[in-house]
Amino acid sequence: MELVCPAGNLPALKRAVDEGADAVYFGFRNNTNARGFAGLNFSEGRAAEGIDYAHRRGCRVFCAINTYPQPGGWAQWATAVDQAADLGVDALILADMGLLDYAATRYPDLPRHLSVQGSATSYEALRFYHREFGIRRAVLPRVLSLNQVRDVARHSPVELEVFAFGSLCIMAEGRCYLSSYLTGESPNTRGVCSPAAHVRWEQTDAGLESRLNGVLIDRYAEGERAGYPTLCKGRFEVAGSTYHAIEEPTSLNTLDLLPELTELGISAVKIEGRQRSPAYVAQVAAVWRQALDALAHDRKRFAPSPAWQAQLSALSEGATTTLGAYERRWK
Amino acid sequence: MQLSLGPVPFYWTRERYTAFYRDAADWPLDIVYLGETVCSRRRDMKLDDWLGIGRELQEAGKQVVLSSQTLIESEADLRGLRKLCANGEYVIEANDHSALQLATEAGLPFVAGPALNLYNLASLQRLARRGLVRWCMPVELSREGLAALLANIGDSGLKAPCEVFAYGHLPLAWSARCFTARHHALPKDRCQFVCQQYPEGLPLRSQESCEVFTLNGIQTLSGACYDLRHEIADMRRLGVTVARLGPRSEGMAEVVAAFDRARRDDLPPRDPLALVEADACTGYWHGKAGMDRVASG
Repeated sequence: MELVCPAGNLPALKRAVDEGADAVYFGFRNNTNARGFAGLNFSEGRAAEGIDYAHRRGCRVFCAINTYPQPGGWAQWATAVDQAADLGVDALILADMGLLDYAATRYPDLPRHLSVQGSATSYEALRFYHREFGIRRAVLPRVLSLNQVRDVARHSPVELEVFAFGSLCIMAEGRCYLSSYLTGESPNTRGVCSPAAHVRWEQTDAGLESRLNGVLIDRYAEGERAGYPTLCKGRFEVAGSTYHAIEEPTSLNTLDLLPELTELGISAVKIEGRQRSPAYVAQVAAVWRQALDALAHDRKRFAPSPAWQAQLSALSEGATTTLGAYERRWK
Repeated sequence: MQLSLGPVPFYWTRERYTAFYRDAADWPLDIVYLGETVCSRRRDMKLDDWLGIGRELQEAGKQVVLSSQTLIESEADLRGLRKLCANGEYVIEANDHSALQLATEAGLPFVAGPALNLYNLASLQRLARRGLVRWCMPVELSREGLAALLANIGDSGLKAPCEVFAYGHLPLAWSARCFTARHHALPKDRCQFVCQQYPEGLPLRSQESCEVFTLNGIQTLSGACYDLRHEIADMRRLGVTVARLGPRSEGMAEVVAAFDRARRDDLPPRDPLALVEADACTGYWHGKAGMDRVASG
């Protein structure tokens, strides 16, 4: 099983490679990828440097061009595909049907992976993307339970990659417009969710308040641990009760599921977090490398070590982890 | 400009659906979308029930389209989808790529629903070669974006009639989790069908009582009601073919009547339905946050 790690910048890419990633994924410094954050991502020159570093060490490099080309902006997205192809990446991670078509026509030999933003949740959806655009691999959304992943895997015409660790999207990715409803900017259009430019923190008599474009997302009592105001992780009022009505600030951690994921024939596990620091990426990659090596050594006796779990928990949002939708009762 | 009635996103009783569509038969609508698009556990209405309502609407002169479930997760969901595609009478609205696969594999025509993420000409051209008869633009797209895209379509010679979601709570997200069951501290698999208690969803407010979203089972809708009635003339000039109205549990006859007047340029400048408009938003159309209320320029 392949370990796919995030590279938000060159130092993170190098650390991931050094710690044993089988593949790293990156995006260009513009709106063409789903982590369109200020100060993040790669110029063409940095990308060339990163690809060279990874390839010399036997690590593959994927380029995420997984936002949706906006009207009037086609050239920017098509150029990103051209640049990635020229740079010699090992695969493109794409979501938009038009862009998939473009890449399949222009660069038929360059493998295409369906991004999680392509929102394929069934094997019939995968058959569509496979038949129409010849995708080689798909990243599954985080909405499926393990049984559902099993069903998809049994009939899938393509390799599957699943999210293993990192932030947990509660909504089916690629079809969530909550962020643009509150801020005008979304993952599909700008590669952002709850963008920092719209975040305001304010200490008030009622407590520390976090706002997104003026909308109160959460309010923290003294001593409470405050988190980034991702709009689906705030505390809201529903019919008189105030609680995390959509999702608690937790992270996904599927270390326990590795043997089952292997049995299902999952080809790769993906670490989320191109927005994270190089140190974070290095620590997470190191733990997962050890886990995958232990798994390959003896699948039957595999058990995640408490030390790994403790390391991952310490790196998690809200310092708690969950199996997410893989575990049925979470729903 | 044609008017369509979108699929009902909420979980109503069988009696409520029946009464609603009996009334809708008399409204000045051209197209009606039928079917359950949100949750596979809402089983009061079978495919045959929808087909029965469809026939009555067709007799009343409406075009009928059957909408597919937006988030497909299980083999049972796929079985439902296959039956929908094989209905033999009506065009389907494909709301995910599973539906696209089944429709295109069978060579069936389809309408592309608003969550299929069609933002550019290349995607539309691809689907047009596979049986696309109309497409509903993504709800977050602006007037400016749509104008650019329609110009591209015009230049390319492509025939791809465009529909715009012009009224109602905006469908914004779908999840594995059921938020209504969560509110009732019930597991999704044993939800006791609590959605039926909320014929217009469950409002989610900020701690300052601002209506942010509307919880509707596994779906999240906008808190405010989107309302583009004052933009209908502009849409027509841009070349939009259909304006879609999202059903609400009350007052829908008046809403349809107002849009019917709007398409005949007969809308009073100050709408008498001030109460309905008070909580409206228009931001997406104007390139702002969807929740914003921007007066038409």
